[in-house]
Amino acid sequence: MIKLIPRYLINFIILVLVQVFVLNNIQLGGFVNPYLYVLFILILPFEIPSWLLLFVAFFLGMSIDLFSSTIGMHTSATVFMAFLRPYVLKLISPRDGYESETLPQLKYYGGAWFIRYSAILIFAHHLFLFYIEVFRLSSFFTTFVRVVLSSLFTIFLVLISQYFFRRDRRK
Amino acid sequence: MKSLLNFLLRIHFLLLFILFEVFSIALLLNNNHFHKTRFVNFSRQFSGNFYEKIDDLKKYVSLTEENQRLTEENTRLLNILESTYKSDEIFFRSVNDTTLNQTYKYTSARIVNNSVNKKHNFLTLNKGNLQGLRPEMAVVSNGSIVGVVKGVSKNYSTVISLLNLDLKISAKVKKNGYFGSLSWDGKGYYSATLNEIPLHANIQAGDTIITSGYSSIYPEGILIGYIESFKEKSGSFFEIKIKLSTDFKNLSNVNVIGNLKQNEIVDIESQANKND
Repeated sequence: MIKLIPRYLINFIILVLVQVFVLNNIQLGGFVNPYLYVLFILILPFEIPSWLLLFVAFFLGMSIDLFSSTIGMHTSATVFMAFLRPYVLKLISPRDGYESETLPQLKYYGGAWFIRYSAILIFAHHLFLFYIEVFRLSSFFTTFVRVVLSSLFTIFLVLISQYFFRRDRRK
Repeated sequence: MKSLLNFLLRIHFLLLFILFEVFSIALLLNNNHFHKTRFVNFSRQFSGNFYEKIDDLKKYVSLTEENQRLTEENTRLLNILESTYKSDEIFFRSVNDTTLNQTYKYTSARIVNNSVNKKHNFLTLNKGNLQGLRPEMAVVSNGSIVGVVKGVSKNYSTVISLLNLDLKISAKVKKNGYFGSLSWDGKGYYSATLNEIPLHANIQAGDTIITSGYSSIYPEGILIGYIESFKEKSGSFFEIKIKLSTDFKNLSNVNVIGNLKQNEIVDIESQANKND
C-alpha cells in the first residue's frame, strides 16, 4: 500500500492539470464537458480506509474548484461519488470477491466489469455536479441531456486512459 | 455509553460523508452571493497567476486578429476626431471644463480567464484594486457589452459575464426607446432574451438593442445586439430573442467603465426610497 503513494501523487497532479488547463476549455456545442479527474477516485485501491477515501475526494474536488472559481461545486460532487464507491464495489463484485494485490482497473477485472463500475459512479458524479451547478429544476430536461452526454464523454476518456495504464505497465 | 461508541464507530463512514458534504455545500452557498468571500479572493489571486502565464501563450496565437481589430478601432476613432475638429470652427464659444462634467472613466484590461460553457460564467481580468477597479463597474469590449465587475483583489478582478443566469441588465430598443430587462437564456454564448417590451412597441427583426442607462452601472447606448426573433408572451409583453454582438469565445482586451457619479446617483435614489 505504501509503495503506491508516489504513483497516486503523480496521478493526482497530472489529472488536476489536465482537467484545469485542457478539459475545462473543451466544450462541444455548449453541452458536453468531460470531467476526467474523477478517474483518480475510480482507481484508488480496494483496501483504502473509508475516511481516507472521503478525505482524498474532498481534497481533489477542492483543487479543481480552486482553479475554476466554483468553490464547493466539484467538492460536493466528488465527495458524493466517493461515498457511493464502496457500495457500488459491493454491488457488482465478482462471485469470488476481489483478490488482494489488485486494483479496480480494466486489466484486472475485464472491460465489462470496468465499464459498469465506472459508468455508475461517473453518472452519479455528473448528475450531482450539473444539478448543483444550475441550482434549479426549471430546466430539468436540458440539464439531464447535458449530464448524459458529458457522462458518455467522460466514460470514453476513462476507458482510453485505461489503455494508457496498461501499456505503461508492460514495459 | 460503550454501545453508543460502537454505534458511532459503525456508521462513521456515513457521518464523515455528511460532514464533508455539508461543509462543501455551505461553501458553495456562501459563494453564490453577489459578494466575494475571502476564500474566492485567495483562489483568484492564486489561480490568476497561473492563468496569466497560460494566457501569455494563448495571446500569441490570436495576435494578428487582435492587431487588425485595433487598427480598425483606431481608424474609427481618428474619424471621430476629424469630425470634431471641423465643427470647432465657431469663433465664440464658452469654455467647457471637461473634467468637471466627466461622468465615465475608462480603464483597459486584459482577460486572463474566460468561460462560456457553464450556467454561471465569470471572467478574470489582470487588473484590480491597485489599478482603480471597484465592484459594480461595467465591462465592455469594442463598444459592446461584456459584463459587470463582481469582486476585486489587489491585482485581479472577477467579472460576471453577460452569460450568467444571475445577471439582469436594463436594455432598450434603439429606434423607439422602449426598455425592458435583458437576461441570458443559458442556451449558447450568442443569444439572450429581452422581456417586458410592451406589445404596442413597433419592433422588427434586425433592430438594434442598446443599454438604457437607467442603472448607475452602464452608460447609455452601449451596443448589446440585434433582434433575431420575437413572440407574444402572457398577453401583454413581447419575449424577444437577441443575437449578441459580443463574441464571448473570442475576447481578449476589454475596457472597464467606472461611473464617477455612481455614489451620487445611489445616494439620491436611496433618499427617494426612504421618503416613500
